[in-house]
Amino acid sequence: MSAPSHKRCVQALNEGLHEVFAERDDVYLLGEDVLDPYGGAFKVTQGLSDAFPDRVLTTPISEGGLFGVAAGMSLRGLRPILEIMFGDFIALGLDQVVNGISKFREMYDDQVTVPLVVRTPMGGRRGYGPTHSQSLEKLLLGIPNICVVAASECHDLGGLLANAVDDDRPVFFIENKLMYGRPNRRPEEGHIGELAVRETGTRYPALTFSGTDFTEASATIVTYGGMVPIVLDAVTELILERELFCEVVALSQLLPMELEPVFESVARTGALVTVEEGTLTGGFGAEITARVQEEAWSDLRRPVQRVAARDGIIPSARPLEDAMLPSAGDVVEAVVALEAVRS
Amino acid sequence: MTGLSTLPATLYARMYFIRRFEETLLDLFAQGKLVGTTHTYIGQEANAVGIVDHLEPERDVVFSNHRCHGHYLAFTDDAFGLLSEVMGKATGTCGGKGGSQHLCRGNFYSNGVLGSIVPVATGIALAEKKKGTGAVSTVFLGDGTLGEGVTYESLNMASLWQLPVLFVVENNHYAQSTPIELELAGSIAARGSAFGVEVAELDTTDVAEVHETAGWAVARIRETGEPFFLVLHTYRFSPHSKGDDNRDPGEIEKRRERDPLQIAGDRLGPAEREGIEQAAEQRLAETVAAADEAPAAEAA
Repeated sequence: MSAPSHKRCVQALNEGLHEVFAERDDVYLLGEDVLDPYGGAFKVTQGLSDAFPDRVLTTPISEGGLFGVAAGMSLRGLRPILEIMFGDFIALGLDQVVNGISKFREMYDDQVTVPLVVRTPMGGRRGYGPTHSQSLEKLLLGIPNICVVAASECHDLGGLLANAVDDDRPVFFIENKLMYGRPNRRPEEGHIGELAVRETGTRYPALTFSGTDFTEASATIVTYGGMVPIVLDAVTELILERELFCEVVALSQLLPMELEPVFESVARTGALVTVEEGTLTGGFGAEITARVQEEAWSDLRRPVQRVAARDGIIPSARPLEDAMLPSAGDVVEAVVALEAVRS
Repeated sequence: MTGLSTLPATLYARMYFIRRFEETLLDLFAQGKLVGTTHTYIGQEANAVGIVDHLEPERDVVFSNHRCHGHYLAFTDDAFGLLSEVMGKATGTCGGKGGSQHLCRGNFYSNGVLGSIVPVATGIALAEKKKGTGAVSTVFLGDGTLGEGVTYESLNMASLWQLPVLFVVENNHYAQSTPIELELAGSIAARGSAFGVEVAELDTTDVAEVHETAGWAVARIRETGEPFFLVLHTYRFSPHSKGDDNRDPGEIEKRRERDPLQIAGDRLGPAEREGIEQAAEQRLAETVAAADEAPAAEAA
């Protein structure tokens, strides 16, 4: 079923940027090393500055300032896209996000909007070490009035990026370093590979995967971004080696949290595993666990399991990094452990 | 402020109103009519009034800081909106959501984290340049803000990209309670010139001098499209916020000898001055009464 002709994710994002720039003349892109021929550290902006030289700005290494510059541009009616080379560096801009970007609209009593997009890649597994490998989405999940989008290789990447640019809210658009080089696998006739897929009609859709055509299954696994292919590998292994069927909900909108697809799936499965690449404590899985027990307590038949990175640094050496980050094996283990629990 | 025939009269009227507005705020706090906090502009009025007179509120943009009332009044003349905002009224500039240091009206913005506002003002200038509006983006900093690193990122980008930003440093010699000797090394003016930004520096409380230099600075920005760094050595007579003042009273007294209001007022005839002051008192009383009666902000 898999179609080898799929474009790579970096190309889908790049084409999305070109289309957005062609459609709207109020869109600007700022970032470090984004000019051609270099085209950005991960090549997402390739060709953009040649095509739109007045609207692509290469910048000093000033992330803190750049978040503010983008905020100012958006306050005055433009739609800046800020590329932050590594997701780890958003920490430098968090003052602007917490005390400005996320607050302006509400604290100025809806007199302004701040329609900006921050694009940045998260994720490890490339040996970049502790400060260039993190998945820091959870730092953003506690900030009201922003939107956090983390698409996977199974989402319409270019379309989602265009939706983010059209959004009047500030949007963090989280990409993934490993995803860039992989094929952008979209559902065909409601399937990706052997799995049936449903996609919500929302601005930032959730994909729900099922190996049983949405009938009974052992558990729901909710995840996002770069963990999606790893979870799908785990699901295949569970089917082939354990005859356990799971549904997978791949969210793309992490904030505001809209978990209807998760609740619907949990109603079918009665069990939930959350999977994220960020560290465990205070994370995506913790928040989802709380909401599922609030909203779907009567559907849960087993305790929720969380799979995440260990609470520590991401080492550079491959075996150490592997030991730190969640793997397909960890997901398999969590589902098997659930099976052993009887409510 | 209409009906005044001369520039000195106009400037004095604006300064006097700001002074009395701020004194009134402190009184209202003392009476328990206000909650939250405020940072008054008492003593620094010549700066806001001298600079803002050169700006066009319909086109130019101002981004101010926690000590923003003087800038706001000079730029918008919206005393009722400001007072009712600080009083937590629904009629406030931001419906009571922002309070004293988070204001927005038209092309005026303020925010309460030092340094944060500087790159935003720089981005505003970038947007206005790209849109071709010819607007000048003015940002008010203090000596305390010079401790924030993002200020220098902003100066670098504004210079690099030739953006029409007027950086105004109002050095009132104190970062909250900390005297400048304990918070700032080196030269303030050199902080601008190090980035290739044109600098002017004044040590005065005379609004006429501020007005003249600011006029030149704004004209330079309009002519070149490039940033300008205006350093104004000044002093605030009032506490940082409300009652928090550990400064030597003798030092404050000495500074009061150069009260900008006195200098500007002395240029006017007694009758004109009195007329201005009476008009301001009357407007202020009406504003306080109206804000007092305005409905409180309520949660939806």
